[in-house]
Amino acid sequence: MATTISTRLEVLKTYKIYIGGQFPRTESGRYYKATNAKGDLLANVCLSSRKDFRDAVIAARSAFGGWSGRAAFNRAQILYRIAEMLEGRKAQFLDELIKQGALSANAENEINLSIDRLIYYAGWCDKFQQVFSSVNPVASSHFNFSVPEPTGVVAIIAPQDSSLLGLVSVIAPVIAGGNTCIVLASEEKPLCAVTFAEVINSSDVPGGVVNILTGKPSELVKYFADHMDVNAVVYCEKNDADKKLIQEKAALNVKRVLFWDKINWNSDEAETPYLITDLQEVKTTWHPIENIGGAKAGY
Amino acid sequence: MAKAAKNNTLKLKFDTINYAPAPESKSSATIDAQYDLFINGKFEKPLSKKYFDTINPATEEKLSSVAEANAADVDKAAKAARTAYDKVWSKMPAKERAKYIYRIARMIQERAREFAVIETLDGGKPIRESRDIDVPLVANHFFYYAGWADKLAYAFPNRNPKPLGVAGQIIPWNFPLLMAAWKIAPALATGNTVVLKPAETTPLTALKLAEIIQESDLPPGVVNIITGAGATGAAIVNHPDINKIAFTGSTDVGKIIQRAVAGTDKKVTLELGGKAANIIFEDAPIDQAVEGIINGIYFNQGHVCCAGSRLFVQESIYKEVMRKLKDRIATLIVGDPMDKNTDVGAINSKQQLETIHKYITIGKKEGLEIFESSCTLPKKGFFCKPTLFTNVAQSSRIAQEEIFGPVLAIQTFRTDDEVIEKANNTPYGLSAGVWTDKGSKIFNLTTKLRAGVIWANTYNKFDPTSPFGGYKESGFGREGGLQGLGTYLNV
Repeated sequence: MATTISTRLEVLKTYKIYIGGQFPRTESGRYYKATNAKGDLLANVCLSSRKDFRDAVIAARSAFGGWSGRAAFNRAQILYRIAEMLEGRKAQFLDELIKQGALSANAENEINLSIDRLIYYAGWCDKFQQVFSSVNPVASSHFNFSVPEPTGVVAIIAPQDSSLLGLVSVIAPVIAGGNTCIVLASEEKPLCAVTFAEVINSSDVPGGVVNILTGKPSELVKYFADHMDVNAVVYCEKNDADKKLIQEKAALNVKRVLFWDKINWNSDEAETPYLITDLQEVKTTWHPIENIGGAKAGY
Repeated sequence: MAKAAKNNTLKLKFDTINYAPAPESKSSATIDAQYDLFINGKFEKPLSKKYFDTINPATEEKLSSVAEANAADVDKAAKAARTAYDKVWSKMPAKERAKYIYRIARMIQERAREFAVIETLDGGKPIRESRDIDVPLVANHFFYYAGWADKLAYAFPNRNPKPLGVAGQIIPWNFPLLMAAWKIAPALATGNTVVLKPAETTPLTALKLAEIIQESDLPPGVVNIITGAGATGAAIVNHPDINKIAFTGSTDVGKIIQRAVAGTDKKVTLELGGKAANIIFEDAPIDQAVEGIINGIYFNQGHVCCAGSRLFVQESIYKEVMRKLKDRIATLIVGDPMDKNTDVGAINSKQQLETIHKYITIGKKEGLEIFESSCTLPKKGFFCKPTLFTNVAQSSRIAQEEIFGPVLAIQTFRTDDEVIEKANNTPYGLSAGVWTDKGSKIFNLTTKLRAGVIWANTYNKFDPTSPFGGYKESGFGREGGLQGLGTYLNV
């Protein structure tokens, strides 16, 4: 590079956040420096604020009715589409993961696993309901059945170390189940989270279904946990003080709290429909059966 | 024609017809003068040395005095449950575990009448309800879950579920014995041991259940039943050697519990309050729907977390529904819970009666129109006339907050979308009712209402196979059915 005089200057990307299908900068105007292990500047990244989070919750809530109401088969195709888009942009993710300190082979493996994980959860979109539903043989004259339904708006503190695979692994089961989400990306390795937002943006995922913020968990965790229009919080780190804080604040509106902190995202244990059902409610319907006349099904 | 039909409607003067009293005999029930704590298979004097009275809310007469467990008593019960878990219950073959639970179910059936009488005496609910609904459901619940004990692997594909250990269970006063069954049966079937606390105003049937548990030869310590009020419950919630808290009660207390277990590994399930929408469409079978409205809000004096306390009537049938509803309310027999004719019994406690009166005053102050049953209330005891409010706004407090009494808030609507929006506009999400003869409309509504249990052309139906529990601030976790197992297991 140094020996040849280039006539063309590289165009650098502005790393922005992703809210409601748009890429705004943080409303706060704040930033922090993402660096590599040597301390070199990788990018100025948005230091998202409480207001950004609140805006993202509004976007997620607005998107929930449409996303949860979509045909499950359609959601499956959209998750598959995310995988397709990710596959096509492998080189960009490889570059970013290496910049963030990954070894080349590991980075490639992480991308491949991320793509495959999306395929895995794409497949579950229209199947987990069948596995986890029931027809309940009640004694009265009713057709009684229970089905899983999405919990609603889910606020996620993504895994901090596994910046791409961890991120993909927490988003996939949440949206496969029909929820919408706001995700706080890895603080130290935010680059591929923003690029993944671009993948989502080009994958027919409706705006607001996935919202991705960059910033500091230490600042935002409490807002993720105490927002009154958030139905569940997923936390993927092992910080006990944060866990306690989340549980306490979650009680304000009886949020569901999930600690996905013991999962090795590189392993098969990250691929399970039980992560989908963690963010499902069970709805039971009693439908009347007309019960007149004495005819029996006798054959 | 329509006019003629209207004129043909017979207006019955029910206030001129008196039913002869039909009191249930108390002789089938024995209530001891004093009850101790059921710990490790024995009735033990409380370390607190304290007792409190439990009264009949219909007569305000004392029924018995009951031990008040303090933190030391809770600790004793938790230790008994831990020992029973470690040494006996977790090692017992699941098939044998099942047989104990079946045995308990059978013994409840044998003593059903006694349980019904005591439930009504201690809690104030009509004997017809405790006899025909509560107690049969209790026995059925144990019988249903007994069979799960050795079949758990089938409930969780690709998993090997394990019990949690000791479950601390805190239950309310509206269905005292039924809630005990909902808590104990799945906990035992999944291999956990139990410390259960009934509500302070209705401890007697749980203590009678302790007698059955003793007679069933269930190993000592597997089920411990301790009595007390809020402080006893708090001691259970905060006990370090309890692995799971299951609570049914108010949303306020549920939130306190959720906060209290923060920072611990305790698993929690919460079955909390509700403000259910009961929605009547113009194509509903109206007479059946009116019965459903009555059952929805006046069943068990409205002391029902899933009560249909917000009624939505489609505008086109509003007048007809109101006329029939008021006529029906006039026929409700309010009074002695032990009378087999009684429809609406006693309010569970003086405190709850005051809460209900507070909300009725709020409704009046908000300028809503009130209608009350013209019945006369007994002079002694805690009673409340079946009441409804019309001209209610979404913002009205009686449409927003859980009253837990026989008070109905009525609103109207024109379109499906409007009523879905209104029905979902609440922090609660426990249950809902939909009345229409059109099956496709039922499913449109039931898929869009954000609530855990939805009844179509019926209301307040329960079954051991049918999961029950809420969305949003009505809590999390399910009780009943296959789905009721997971909350007591590490899956």
